[in-house]
Amino acid sequence: MDEVLLPTTVDELVEGRAAHPDALLLAGGTDLMVAVNAGTLPVPGVIALRAVDGLRGWRREGDEVVVGAATTYADLLAPDVADLLPGMAQASRTVGSPQIRSTGTLGGNLGTASPAGDALPVLVALGATVELRSPGGTRSLPVGELLTGPKRTALAPDEVITSARLPVARGPQQYRKVGVRNAMVISVASVALAVDVEARTVGVGLGSVGPVPLPAPDACAFAVDAVDWATGALHDPGAADRFGELAAAACSPIDDHRSTAAYRRHAVRVLAARALATACPPATGAAA
Amino acid sequence: MSGATVPTPVAPSYVLTVNGTEHGVDASWLGESLLHVLRERLGLPGSKAGCEQGECGSCSVLVDGDLVCACLVLAAAAVGTEITTVEGLADERGTFTDVQQAFVDAGAVQCGFCTPGLVVAVHDLLDRVPEPTDLEVREALSGNLCRCTGYGRVVAAVEAAVAVRTSGGAP
Repeated sequence: MDEVLLPTTVDELVEGRAAHPDALLLAGGTDLMVAVNAGTLPVPGVIALRAVDGLRGWRREGDEVVVGAATTYADLLAPDVADLLPGMAQASRTVGSPQIRSTGTLGGNLGTASPAGDALPVLVALGATVELRSPGGTRSLPVGELLTGPKRTALAPDEVITSARLPVARGPQQYRKVGVRNAMVISVASVALAVDVEARTVGVGLGSVGPVPLPAPDACAFAVDAVDWATGALHDPGAADRFGELAAAACSPIDDHRSTAAYRRHAVRVLAARALATACPPATGAAA
Repeated sequence: MSGATVPTPVAPSYVLTVNGTEHGVDASWLGESLLHVLRERLGLPGSKAGCEQGECGSCSVLVDGDLVCACLVLAAAAVGTEITTVEGLADERGTFTDVQQAFVDAGAVQCGFCTPGLVVAVHDLLDRVPEPTDLEVREALSGNLCRCTGYGRVVAAVEAAVAVRTSGGAP
């Protein structure tokens, strides 16, 4: 196929994908076009998602928000959705520049499956599921099952990502990352934190410190005991540091051109501690 | 291609709407970026080819009103959109916009390579936020790299443009 398909409906997209499993699936283009411009990626054909209106935007369904795969970061940091998904809004605001945020999409982040994808730790912290469509029907996967390795997913050749399903925030959320400067920066390490004060649970996702965004179950279990759920505050100010240590212990970072593994682990410890201390600030007057 | 539900393919020949005018693009390579097509096929060299990876912002254009890097837009997938380049911001050829004039007056133009992208980004900002805070200005400019000005004069140019607009000057 030496052409571009511009489907306008999800049905057309699914049919086009099944007919052309080798074509490039083009969402925002912020990753894909870099490789195309560099000449490192053959272009046997393209299926562009831009005109599929049904994939853009979000809607609330009960206690969940369904975010279409072609929804941009600019869409996700708008105030109305930021109230429902504050961690995702924070993460979206750290992505690239205004130019990148108005182009890059949640579905593109998932499909690219970079360990540094900024939306991905948030999805892990929230226990989000991803919805997939093929001519055979639909299925849902927890985000941790979709992302199988760096740039690898469990997507079948005839499947497309249509949406992600995230719980509405029921407590404070945080997204923090370290990069080499304050704008236009890819994550060297990142931490997403979601506190659910109704279910009394804490979710964590760690980015750029493993082949996929990682959960940190030991840190989460510790945090559940460290929070005074009547007030939402930490019992003990020192608990945030211990939480950071446990989050760092969940990492499996590598040395690469952006950072050393040791720095990444250190960064996760600091970011996680700050995230918890901010989300659940120790009550004033608590024992120091 | 067969089957009623499979959409009609585009390329190698297609039509782009740039600055309100339809342009035919023939015999292009499928992977050509919008930036390449603007500069090399449509005679619109205002958008500059810098990094071609979305980092420098020198190719910033508006697609359906959204500020994007033209280097990251696949030209053949931009069919059906309204594209505005720096050439389309002025009313007529040779006339500066208020933002362009403010850049000149403030000394915010040095080598000039980044200037078209910055001008498009500033127009986008001021259309959305008529009286931006300093933080909003700096965030809006964060995707445009400049090696010469140090940004101080660019920020001053934005402030001057805002001052003219809010005092009732030409929009």
